[in-house]
Amino acid sequence: MTLTAPPPQALTEVAATPPGPGRKRRTRQHAAGTRTLISAIDLKRHRVAYLVAVTVTMLLFAGAFLYPMWWMAASALQTPAQLAEGKAIVLPASWHPENYATAWTNMRMGKFFLNTAFYALGGWLIQLVVDVTAAYALSKLRPIFSRIVLGGMLASLMLPASALLVPAYLTVADLPIFGWNLLNTPWALWLPAAANAFNVYVLKRFFDQIPNDLLDAASIDGAGRLRVLWSIVLPLSRPVLGVVSIFAIIGIWKDFLWPLLVLQDPEKQTLSVALARLANTSQVPQTEFMAGLVIASVPMIVIFLIFQRSIIGGLSAGSMKG
Amino acid sequence: MTAGRVRRRLADNALGYAFLAAGLLCFGFFSWYPLVKGVVLSFQQDNFVIPPFWVGLDNYRAVFDDPLFWTAWKNTIQFTGLALVFGYAVPFVIAILLNEFRHLTGLFRVLVYLPVMLPPAVAVLLWREFYDPGDGLFNTLLGGVGLPASQWAQGSSTAMISLVLVSTWANMGGATLMYLAALQGIPGDLYEAAELDGASVWQRIRHVTVPHMRFIMLVLLLLQIIATMQVFIEPYLLTGTSSPDTITVMVLIYRYAFKVQNDFGMAAAMSVLLFVVLGAFSALYLRLTRSAD
Repeated sequence: MTLTAPPPQALTEVAATPPGPGRKRRTRQHAAGTRTLISAIDLKRHRVAYLVAVTVTMLLFAGAFLYPMWWMAASALQTPAQLAEGKAIVLPASWHPENYATAWTNMRMGKFFLNTAFYALGGWLIQLVVDVTAAYALSKLRPIFSRIVLGGMLASLMLPASALLVPAYLTVADLPIFGWNLLNTPWALWLPAAANAFNVYVLKRFFDQIPNDLLDAASIDGAGRLRVLWSIVLPLSRPVLGVVSIFAIIGIWKDFLWPLLVLQDPEKQTLSVALARLANTSQVPQTEFMAGLVIASVPMIVIFLIFQRSIIGGLSAGSMKG
Repeated sequence: MTAGRVRRRLADNALGYAFLAAGLLCFGFFSWYPLVKGVVLSFQQDNFVIPPFWVGLDNYRAVFDDPLFWTAWKNTIQFTGLALVFGYAVPFVIAILLNEFRHLTGLFRVLVYLPVMLPPAVAVLLWREFYDPGDGLFNTLLGGVGLPASQWAQGSSTAMISLVLVSTWANMGGATLMYLAALQGIPGDLYEAAELDGASVWQRIRHVTVPHMRFIMLVLLLLQIIATMQVFIEPYLLTGTSSPDTITVMVLIYRYAFKVQNDFGMAAAMSVLLFVVLGAFSALYLRLTRSAD
């Protein structure tokens, strides 16, 4: 069966901007030009003031947001004594790129990096499988009581993570019915992360937009439900799957408190937790520690630079996130 | 209904639940069950060593009697309040400013969001270096403009503000971008009309921008309160879990359960109290966003 219709334009647009208050207005605004607070004429008239404002703001932004990161990366290249002076460096006072290599091996940042990457990728995969199948069932299969199930999942949006911290920890330590102890296993991160009501909600709303006729036609052609999901729904849902994927990976990579509790074995720790532990031991040279901070940040910065449109777009659209 | 149709409906429902099964298990075990367990636990004694048993309100009593209880709430409210002072208005002002720029718009957005991408542990540990009361970067900068050095996170009077500053730096990008998206939704002809009526820039902000932003401002206010009241990583990494200047509700919960006494009952009681407070804000937030759909 080769029923992979090209995604209707309307559908992909919905993914880029899920239905929200902003959508309709944005198109109107484009039609009317980009008039904002200050008119184009005024901006032209006060061209110098405008350029000064842009330049000053850019300098402030670079100083406030970019410079600390530059400082982190550059100061890791110096000697510990130079780092301890706390100078506002422009270029590293000396050049020791081997600090990064030492951090990777001696501080075992490489190990924690691989741990974190493994948790992030596994968690991403499990979140997709669990949340996509759930959203598909809730959107298209709609078995009996599915509205109650959806309500129960959405209700968990109201639960602040902190309220569940202790009981969730005890649950992971001794899973009811099964009696498994998931502490210090990847499952302690993966399974709770899959209970993500926001993902289910976003995916379900997207699936709701896919016309049932399309799926029915495939069913008549003899495709099973799983086949329909795989060959029709998922290809049409690429944009929303992308956004969910990026946020899933970022979420696991950045998480701190939960992995701090459930992965206490130093062999199993994530970068963030390991760095927090090493910060309080004195045998690590500060420069290598800085290099460790950089190593933990680089994947996030790279993901951001590659997917900035999806991330910023998803954030603007997902301003309803709880 | 014929037997065939009944069987068909049963099969359809079974298939639906087969797809739902993994989600139901995950939500069941890690969301719904812990919620119930948390409340139950708050009325029990549980320390991992002996089987849990009922103790009535003892946990709540113990929590209220803890001298750190009120300190933790006072600090948490202070953090939330200071974070509002610093972190609430600034993204709004920045968003209004950026929305007027016609150059480097993408770069501005990337820069302001860059700290949000850092793992929070990295952001806080980096600032811990900046805050070094000896020769930290911030003290170097203060010295450069002739100001006396500060104790920053180590100083009793400056500790809380130090936590708020790093938290604001690390989180304001999200709110800024959301405000920007909302600003782009304001129809330009409203500004046009206001200008024709002789409204100054300030008046246009007051009478066009702010009324249109009221909803998102309220939503972000609630979200920020909910998030900052759960503050943990800043005090945990900057000042430790026992400093009375910065101990927060979450740090206290962590202490009860994992640090000092492994008393999960007391930690659960404290969690329930925090949940009740946050739940009020959460409910308000959900009502707002739902009715807007």
